[in-house]
Order: sequence, then C-alpha cells, then structure tokens
Amino acid sequence: MSGAAVFRDGAAVRVKSHFKPGHVRTPFYIKGKTGWVERCYGEFRNPESLGHSGDGLPRVRLYLVGFHQQDVWDGYDAGSKDKVFVDIFEHWLEPAADAGA
Amino acid sequence: MAHEHEPGEEHEAGPRHELSHWAKRAYAMRDILVEKGVVTENDIRQQAEFTESKTPANGARLVALSWTDPEFKARFMADPKKVCAEMGIDASTLNEFVILENTDKVRHMVVCTLCSCYPRPILGRPPDWYKSFNYRKRAVNDPRGVMREFGLDLPDDVEVRVHDSTADMRYLVIPARPAGTENLSVEELEKLVTRDSMIGVMDALPSVPE
Repeated sequence: MSGAAVFRDGAAVRVKSHFKPGHVRTPFYIKGKTGWVERCYGEFRNPESLGHSGDGLPRVRLYLVGFHQQDVWDGYDAGSKDKVFVDIFEHWLEPAADAGA
Repeated sequence: MAHEHEPGEEHEAGPRHELSHWAKRAYAMRDILVEKGVVTENDIRQQAEFTESKTPANGARLVALSWTDPEFKARFMADPKKVCAEMGIDASTLNEFVILENTDKVRHMVVCTLCSCYPRPILGRPPDWYKSFNYRKRAVNDPRGVMREFGLDLPDDVEVRVHDSTADMRYLVIPARPAGTENLSVEELEKLVTRDSMIGVMDALPSVPE
C-alpha cells in the first residue's frame, strides 16, 4: 500500500462491524461506532496475516481513532468530555457522516 | 476450584507442580520448538534474562528528566525511541513509542483490551492486574471507577482519555509533577514516578517514600 492516507486528520469514520474469522486487532466493543481520525501513524505489517504465519504484506495504514465515551457505552454518565482512543487499521474504517468531534 | 488462568499468570503466582492448561501448552510448545531446532534453550534463557532485567526505572528516569528539562521533554515526546537510544535504553524491540502527557485538565490511561501490549523495554513486565480480564474490560468502559480503586477520584471536568493499544503503538504516560517538588533532584524525582503512574491509573507520589 502506498500513496496518501485515505482518511485525513479529523475525518469522521465508522468502524466496520463485520465479522472476520482469524486474528484481528479491532476490538469488538468499538465495531459499528463512529469517531474521528486523530492522526495517521503510517504503514505497518498486517497483523491479520502475521497472526497466521504470514509475512504481513502488503503493509496497511494504521490510524489513531478517537471516540466520545458517551457514543461508545450506553449509560456512560461521568465526564462528558471523556474519550477512548483505539489504534485501527485502514481496512476496518469507512467514511461516516458525523465525527461527533 | 474452577479458575480461569491467563497465559503466563501461573509463572508468577501459584505452585509450579499444579500447572494450568495454558502453562502446560506453553511448556509443550517450548519443548517442540527446541526439539525442532527453531530456538535453543540458551536463546530462551537469554530472552528471559533480558525481559527480567527491565524495570520501571527506565521510565521513571525519562519522566523525571521530562519534568526538570523542558527541552528534553520536547525532544522525548517528538522522537521517544531516538532519545531512549541516546540514553542507552534499548527500546529497539518497541515498534512505535508514543508519549502522553497528563495535565490539570486531561488525563491519559493505557490498556490493551485484546491482550497485554505494554512498553516492556521501558517499564519491565506488566503487572498481573494489567493483564487481567477485569482491568482490560473496565479500563475502557469505567476508567474513572478503576482510578478510584487506585485511590484517585477525578472531578467531572477533567477529561479522561483511555488509549487502547491494539496494534503497533506502545504508550507511556508522563504523570503530572507533584506540587512542592521544585527543590528535589532528578534522582529524588525518579522515586516519585511509579509504574502505575506511567500506565496512568494513579498520580506520581507526592513525596519521596521513606
């Protein structure tokens, strides 16, 4: 993978909610949730390949994605500014209408 | 009694003659790898010694220097691996290293909900609670409750940022420098910087422990 990042800093993104068999690094609780790209970390070997003895190539872009806690957990009532940040690979993200940021 | 063990847990607690399912599996895999010549017993011993030799002292020094030297802090936050290398701290096994700084208004807390990713070259081995299902679950959905259990009750207007290190990034928190420590030396300040304060679940100690 090369070229510019698909998602710019601040872009609204939603984590895909599909199930993929095998090793994945996208936690269940964040699937389907909408947040924003805080920054792109660059390209890394794909853990979904490395986890099954593959070479992890082609490399995939990794983003720091922020979410408002109140958008992630029902009933999160303390600290309305609280956030959770998750490192998510590009193929798990899709554009969303509203970042909520 | 039924009890869920995590890999590695039983090496630190519990009698070795009562190996759990996971420990038996780990030892079996180790034996097979040695038997097939993939690794040697010596490789395993050296790696274990390397891992055991790492303590939170490296992190404490980096934090204490960041507190006392703004120019150092700026360089450390901009390129932490380079600064580690300059100081003789071997962080080469860290893929990427990100520094988070606590302020009066924003607090950071680190977890790996998928397993137990942790900046081992800087902080040594993670504590058992960091690897527990309880922490991994509650750090993301009730971080304030977790911090309360560590003795920290945060006002609502302080923003809590939880970092779930699910991929190649390893995170280290620079806790806030405690008030009234202006006259302490770097060596004394290092003693205030606990492992747990660099994970972000508590503050640095207010004074040098007796």
